[in-house]
Amino acid sequence: MLQRLFRHSKGEGDDCTRLCCTKIEHFTVKVGNLTIFEDVNLHVHCGQLTAVIGPNGAGKSTLLRAIIGEVSHTGHLNYVDAKGKHTGKPIIGYVPQFLKLDVSAPITVLDLFSACLSDRPVWLFPSNKRQQVLDSLKRVRATELIDRRLGALSGGELQRVLLALALNPMPDILLLDEPVSGVDQNGLEIFYDILEELQNSEDMAIILVSHDLNMVARHADQVVLMDKGVICSGTPQEVFSDKRTHKIFGMLTDTNRNYGGTGFVWVEHKSSHPAKCSCPDCNPKEGEP
Amino acid sequence: MEIIYSLMDTLLPFEWLSFDFMKNAFLAILLITPLFGLLSTMVVSNRMAFFSDSLGHGAFTGLAIGAIAGLLSPMSSLVAFSIVFALLITWIKNYSSASTDTIIGVFSSTGIAVGLMIMSYGGGFNKFSGYLIGDVLSITPAEIGALLGVLVLVVVLWGRLFNKLLLLSVNQPFARSRGLNVMLLESVFAVMVAVVVAISIQWVGLLIINSLLVLPGATARNMANSVKQYHALSVGSAMIAGITGLVLAYQFNMAAGATIVFISAMLFFISMVFKAKFVR
Repeated sequence: MLQRLFRHSKGEGDDCTRLCCTKIEHFTVKVGNLTIFEDVNLHVHCGQLTAVIGPNGAGKSTLLRAIIGEVSHTGHLNYVDAKGKHTGKPIIGYVPQFLKLDVSAPITVLDLFSACLSDRPVWLFPSNKRQQVLDSLKRVRATELIDRRLGALSGGELQRVLLALALNPMPDILLLDEPVSGVDQNGLEIFYDILEELQNSEDMAIILVSHDLNMVARHADQVVLMDKGVICSGTPQEVFSDKRTHKIFGMLTDTNRNYGGTGFVWVEHKSSHPAKCSCPDCNPKEGEP
Repeated sequence: MEIIYSLMDTLLPFEWLSFDFMKNAFLAILLITPLFGLLSTMVVSNRMAFFSDSLGHGAFTGLAIGAIAGLLSPMSSLVAFSIVFALLITWIKNYSSASTDTIIGVFSSTGIAVGLMIMSYGGGFNKFSGYLIGDVLSITPAEIGALLGVLVLVVVLWGRLFNKLLLLSVNQPFARSRGLNVMLLESVFAVMVAVVVAISIQWVGLLIINSLLVLPGATARNMANSVKQYHALSVGSAMIAGITGLVLAYQFNMAAGATIVFISAMLFFISMVFKAKFVR
């Protein structure tokens, strides 16, 4: 409540000076003549889960890869943290789409962790990180997987291992690229449970690309609909009741019915500042007419 | 060298090792095969079989240029050209939207065509044909020393870089998110493979050199469950194939390189049959 009042009294855009937050400003990615997406503005707070949804080819995964610097882009990322520790240069944890992982190689979970955490050649010496790795895996309830080969893990298990890896060192921003595609219902529940724990205990900003709209509706604090740019963003209620969301996804299941009746706010991107005025936290709805 | 020879006479009193040229070849095999065994793990993991094949073709051009220009020794021209060739492929595949195998294919055929054009100029191709098949029996002690130097260098680099290469081979965006310089790593690895191919091409032969970069890793992959096993099995199978191949080639008077590759291939097929027994 206090936070809310405080933010109210601040001028627009100044909220970043107090709480840790990430501003993605004017991100544009072009490959040759093809524009993958342009002028994406996002505003992500710590302790919040932001879900990026959109059709195939909308540029969602590319957005994450632009954030980690793998894809060259224009625009910049502005990060401010609460303690002023990593301001400007956040630690980013990244969980790739596990379907894009080469798991046929003979690599154990311990090998992969050791290669990440130390310079000691994995192929020559026994690992000295075993305890640290067990602690990491405990966080995602996967300690028993430490000596398994990557290829012998199920989709859900592999995804948890990758999450544990992204959490070591503890990131300021966690990026998840379709983390649960192809994972069974049980694995799905465990995964979102872990994310919720993280949100509560670690106060990190999570950006999640997902096709699972039901899960997004249940767990996300902010939803961003992308199709070659930000189409609209806001709370799950707002975005899922937007007619452009309906147009892109066709028939929505339960989500549609549940949120269909609520009032919604959607914002033209480019014409105004979508990241700012559509982000419910920065500009609470009470203040709007 | 005399000390090593007499040591080998005492330790390995075999008939086939009684000649000095066989002792040299044996030492060379002991140095070359671990090199290929190590690099092979990553060549196979990164699906670079075609890439390493094209390096052999690029080396061919390097050889021809060196021989014709006469400015440098064929060896230094060979190594220099192979490095340039490997870096060009790596950079262009990173900055171009064409698929990797297309780009490698283009380079590979250009390399072999230019090499053949220069070599056949004036009808003098025959003096180069030895490079196609290779001859490990003609290696000199000085060249064995150079091989030892390369082996030490590669092992040291492998110790420094392997962890990073491993992350890169698992997933490139992931490696990037851990702050790795993907381009630099890929370039260093490409240069390592290029140098090893360039220096060993005259002993192993252009036609079969790529098999030595693919087979040990492929065999080990069928049997290994961890990175350490993968390396041990890859280096081990390369060395077993190397020594067995050399002995058989001597006994039956065949080309050593080809015999070694044949044994490697047999090991691969055996490992494939028993894969289910090894891999958990």
